[in-house]
Amino acid sequence: MEAAIKEYTYKDFSSDQEVRWCPGCDDYVILRAMQKALPEMGVKKEDVVFISGIGCSSRFPYYMDTYGIHSIHGRAPAVASGVKLANPDLSVWVITGDGDSMAIGGNHFIHVLRRNLDLNIVLFNNEIYGLTKGQFSPTSLVGQKTKSSPYGNTQPPFSAGELALGAQARFFARISGNTPKEMTQLFIDAEKFKGTSLIEVLQNCPIFNDGCFTKFTDKAVREDRQLFVEHGKPMIFGKEKDKGLVLNGLKLEVVTIGENGITQEDLLVHNAKEKDPTLHQMLVRSEYPMVTGIIRSFDDATLEEREDALTEQVKSDSLFSKADDLFFSGDVYSVF
Amino acid sequence: MITAIKEQKQEVLEAVIIRFVGDSGDGMQLTGTQFSDTSAMFGNDVATFPNYPAEIRAPQGSLYGVSGFQVHIGSVEISTPGDNVDLLVAMNPAGLKTNLHALKPGHTVIVDTDAFSKKNLEKAQYESNPLEDGSLENYRVIEVAMTSLTKEALKEVKGLDNKSITRSKNMFALGMVYWMYDRSTDYTVEFFNKKFKSKPQIIEANTKVLNAGFYFAETLELIPNAYTIAPAKMEPGTYRIIMGNTATAWGFLAAAEKSGRELYLGSYPITPASDILHELVKHKHFGVKTLQAEDEIAGITSAIGASFAGDLAITTTSGPGLALKGEALGLAMMIELPLVVVNVQRGGPSTGLPTKTEQSDLLQAMYGRNGESQVIVIAASTPANCFDFAYEAAKLTLEHMTPVLLLTDGYIASGSAPWKIRSVENMPEIKNNIVREVKENWHPYDRNDDSLARNWAIPGTPGLEHRVGGLEKDRISGNVSYAPENHEYMTKIRAEKVKRVQNYIPNLETEFAQEGDLLVIGWGGTYGSLYSAVKQMNEEGHSNIGFAHFNYINPLPKNTGEILKKFQKIIVCELNSGQFVQVLRNNFDAFEFLQFNKVQGLPFANSELIQKFKSLVK
Repeated sequence: MEAAIKEYTYKDFSSDQEVRWCPGCDDYVILRAMQKALPEMGVKKEDVVFISGIGCSSRFPYYMDTYGIHSIHGRAPAVASGVKLANPDLSVWVITGDGDSMAIGGNHFIHVLRRNLDLNIVLFNNEIYGLTKGQFSPTSLVGQKTKSSPYGNTQPPFSAGELALGAQARFFARISGNTPKEMTQLFIDAEKFKGTSLIEVLQNCPIFNDGCFTKFTDKAVREDRQLFVEHGKPMIFGKEKDKGLVLNGLKLEVVTIGENGITQEDLLVHNAKEKDPTLHQMLVRSEYPMVTGIIRSFDDATLEEREDALTEQVKSDSLFSKADDLFFSGDVYSVF
Repeated sequence: MITAIKEQKQEVLEAVIIRFVGDSGDGMQLTGTQFSDTSAMFGNDVATFPNYPAEIRAPQGSLYGVSGFQVHIGSVEISTPGDNVDLLVAMNPAGLKTNLHALKPGHTVIVDTDAFSKKNLEKAQYESNPLEDGSLENYRVIEVAMTSLTKEALKEVKGLDNKSITRSKNMFALGMVYWMYDRSTDYTVEFFNKKFKSKPQIIEANTKVLNAGFYFAETLELIPNAYTIAPAKMEPGTYRIIMGNTATAWGFLAAAEKSGRELYLGSYPITPASDILHELVKHKHFGVKTLQAEDEIAGITSAIGASFAGDLAITTTSGPGLALKGEALGLAMMIELPLVVVNVQRGGPSTGLPTKTEQSDLLQAMYGRNGESQVIVIAASTPANCFDFAYEAAKLTLEHMTPVLLLTDGYIASGSAPWKIRSVENMPEIKNNIVREVKENWHPYDRNDDSLARNWAIPGTPGLEHRVGGLEKDRISGNVSYAPENHEYMTKIRAEKVKRVQNYIPNLETEFAQEGDLLVIGWGGTYGSLYSAVKQMNEEGHSNIGFAHFNYINPLPKNTGEILKKFQKIIVCELNSGQFVQVLRNNFDAFEFLQFNKVQGLPFANSELIQKFKSLVK
């Protein structure tokens, strides 16, 4: 058994640095959700490491009283991979934004998911560049007017989830930036999952892209517009809990319970643990309803597990226990 | 065992240079390696250099598909693979055409006449057959139908296809050269036995062909004399032949063991640095962790992460890769973590000449980052001392908490030479700056008073949680600070920390004349060429020439100015257009520095150095 872990509160994870995000930013919600989630994870504070890249979101590690690196633009997944490979006992978190992860850091983002190290990535998606003051990002919509697209954006957006599943993400969850309770639980679930967990937060930027997710996330509409999926439960949503998803051929279709003879039994039941990501891809792409919650959570070997197994095997087969054994092995000769 | 009985007069030589050339599929690298290893076992000093095309399998018989391997063996000290060769073994016309210029007039070339077909001559762009048109009359040509003789030797070995038979003709050539230089075939036969353990007919075939070549040379009247080269006088000890890149990898293994840190390598394949990755990935038994990353940037940034987590972290690359790593190296320097970046230099700029050597990344290593971002820069100078300087790089980075850039180059990284094996036990101690427990008033940027190294608090240590990052740091807490004076203070202290490394590195030494008319200066991989040339000048009576070779580039050794003062003229020799000379001029503006530069992707030739030095002294 491991030594008992101290009981923490969110205050134990708050650093002495003044938080400098804009008033009203969802980043505050995410920060507090994380500080509240950490005491529930069963990890020691000294074993927690936050790694970020560049952008508004990437200031996050400064506000956490844990170990952390505010690294360079786009590279946080690679830095975090090094931390985790060096010490697999650590709880490693990547904090990134849509530009950081899908533009300048796109390469690291897809490869970290492919490798499946046991680390967690929180992606703050606000569909805009905030820190550089308002240019379009790789998730900005076509037609979106920004500082660098005054007549409208002409570049089609990435869907973070679609990209992630294409890169073999084993765990993908999406959450709205204004639902702290569910977010806290997702962070806990992500930490418990063995493998790379990606959580996309639909994060409102009140300054440069205010209201970009309102049509899915506003309190007045969210129950009707969002489907919060849970493993093993039917895909049901709506204020009246009367809407649901069924498969019609190769497409998802929204149906109403009670209409056309539809009952709850006809609805799809969410299987996050399914290896085949086809249905997960459909859920990720769906705009009505916008799907939140843990969309995919497929258990697979982690890179550390594969590396460990290989190392143990090489060690047991090897005749070398220290460097000198190698240096003096094979074709050596003496000069007298 | 075969022992050559030689009736002919034996000519005793001090040293000999042999070049094996053929198609890139002809096995010339293996042939050359076998010859040099056998000679080393015999007690010779050796230096080798492979020369191969960037294409893996260039079209057969083409001029650009020629692969070569040069071996320099001697009973005297050997410092380089040598320039012009005493014996050329050419397996085809393209090999002959591209290498004949390197053969000393009057010396021997062995050719496989079977390869001199009309088609091959055309591919090599010969208008007439050089074996027939008199163009080789200044050389001693030994014509051997090697392919046919190989087939003949193997006609009774069952289960061999045509391709395997033809491919073993390189062993025929090797057998001949073994006899000529009085070498036993034992070592190579043993090599076959190990390498082809599960393929007895391949062992049999190769051994047969090797012996056939050996006996053929013995009985061939075309060889008028044979050569012997006595064992060299080398320092007593246990040796092995080592390639520069292997020595680099092993230096890090030794440093990891000595320092008690686990070794982490983040790397992306690039010629000519990949062999370091290939070597380290084998050594999981020592707990070595390697990540073949998605790109150069992930190579270095993952190493930064590993360093933060407490490993001895390194990344390896060559010129273009160093350019990609620039921003991350700045981060490592800013957050003051240990990190070694190895740059095995190749011809640049851009993709340049990937398989050729050059020293043109020095200024990139010194200055190739945004902001004022000094790192320690050191350079290895021989294949064997790549071990020492990899070890030194690890020691300096762990002790001084700032990145070290280690420069080697294609010439020493791919070249091999005897290495007097160093035991880890006898290597210098490596200290570190790890802080293991909470002390009152502890701060992440607390520094060692002497070295200015900051302390290293590793995740997993309770109470030392802290954040670092690329934004400017407060001088004590390490928190973000935009304060103007703090920025200037931090800029200066990071530079001063590198400068103070001077107090921990050895003084520059001068070889040959300690004062006099001419000081020859070099750095990095040109050591062997420059040393040989200055030695020859001294042997020829020019006792007024001294030689100072730099392994420490930033900071420079403390006594550099003192040494410069002792000579009338100073010439800085580099395989670039003049980069180290700029560093010297920046530091020592009172001196006049002459230059000798070469940017051809090739090492210095002895003759061109001698000619230059002679023009500067009476």
